[in-house]
Amino acid sequence: MMTRLANPARFMRVSGTMLPWLGGLTVVVLALGLVWALLLAPPDYQQGESVRIMFIHVPAAIMAEGVYYFIALASFVALIWRHPLADVAAQAAAPIGAAFTFVCLTTGSLWGRPMWGTWWVWDARLTSVLVLFFLYLGYVALVNAFDDASRGARAGSILALVGVVDLPIIKFSVNWWNTLHQPASILRAGGPMIDVSMLIPLLVMALGFGLLFGTLLLLRMRTALNERKTRALRLYAVEQPRAQGAAAGLPAARAASR
Amino acid sequence: MGAFFGLIRRDLRLSLRQGGEMGLVLGFFVLAVLLFPFGVGPEPELLGRIAAGIIWVAALLAAVISLERLFATDYADGSLDLIALSPLPLEAAVGAKAIAHWLTTGLPLTVLSPLLAVFLNLDPSAIPVLTLGLLLGSPVLSLFGTIAAALTIGARRPGVLVSLLVLPLYLPPLIFGAGAVEASLTAESGHADLLLLGALTLAALPLAPLAAAAALRQALE
Repeated sequence: MMTRLANPARFMRVSGTMLPWLGGLTVVVLALGLVWALLLAPPDYQQGESVRIMFIHVPAAIMAEGVYYFIALASFVALIWRHPLADVAAQAAAPIGAAFTFVCLTTGSLWGRPMWGTWWVWDARLTSVLVLFFLYLGYVALVNAFDDASRGARAGSILALVGVVDLPIIKFSVNWWNTLHQPASILRAGGPMIDVSMLIPLLVMALGFGLLFGTLLLLRMRTALNERKTRALRLYAVEQPRAQGAAAGLPAARAASR
Repeated sequence: MGAFFGLIRRDLRLSLRQGGEMGLVLGFFVLAVLLFPFGVGPEPELLGRIAAGIIWVAALLAAVISLERLFATDYADGSLDLIALSPLPLEAAVGAKAIAHWLTTGLPLTVLSPLLAVFLNLDPSAIPVLTLGLLLGSPVLSLFGTIAAALTIGARRPGVLVSLLVLPLYLPPLIFGAGAVEASLTAESGHADLLLLGALTLAALPLAPLAAAAALRQALE
């Protein structure tokens, strides 16, 4: 499967047929999940209606971390096997992951305002998600910082692996830091174990977010490959008259000046 | 081994002679710390409480601004290619450069820190903990720094990029370093934080040169 899809042309063909189905499924599952979570699920007895933010927040948090591990895995594959599509996948996934992290942070903040009475708390979990967001930004910035795209891809792969080794250390240290200073006081999500009437829409939303990631990933990978193709064709078009000029015995300098 | 120490000697000589870069970094460190009383007000109690955090943050920033010179000048004048071609393994060369970087930034910062702690009215009993923490933790700054510096070779605006890459990685040493002082000020002792700082250094010592050497290889390819 991995080596079969290594051919970009075959990948374009397979993903082209997959994409409409995957996209359609995403829309259906997300629509179902949103209606269920925002309209049908019961309000929480403590948090009231604002519990509905959780149906966006929790799946976004799952994806925020999951996508980072996906990038690290793809980077690993890219570094070890030089798989031509792994780089593309890692780079395509990064902005999506950053967006999920951003959604996770903002929805958490919106939820925290009525629940804890503050937009932001330096809680261990919040802080480590914030750091994760900066890891994403660093990765995107590094990948785009080189004139030679393949340099950026390889540097990004190494950074993603360093990040994934360091992420548990950061999490541990942030936990240590917070529990040392303010033992869990405000930050208990409160309420009992989650009820089935809320758990099912939450799982549907999580599935919908996962599908959304898959759809966006394929879309972005296809765009990146197409972009690469246009760049190659454009370079070819620039080179072509020069080559013809040289063949026709024209002075090379004149052809190049066009 | 000769090449290893030779590389350290060369880097030390360069940073001491080339326009006194080491002095500039130390000047930045001292000034950054001394700006804080102007920002938060001169009350001794307040300054004493946040002194450890200020000194650690200033040390991180001083380490970051000195990272750019770690490989960039060697890359620009071609000596990095020669280092890579030499029989010395690239990982060892990175280790040597990290040691030289630490000797010219981390160590002097550590030596200066008690003086700055006095300026900021840190409780005298906590000053040894702060200094010991910097001594144990500042090698991590140089070691992680080699990774970021190696990754950004040849990038556009490497200076800004380095800080974006490396500051999230510097969070654990900052937390344990400042935490050790905080713990020693309250009833607890900062023993556990100091041990964790040492553990970070010991873990980064073999791992960071591996990653940095991989980054250098792809930069020189």
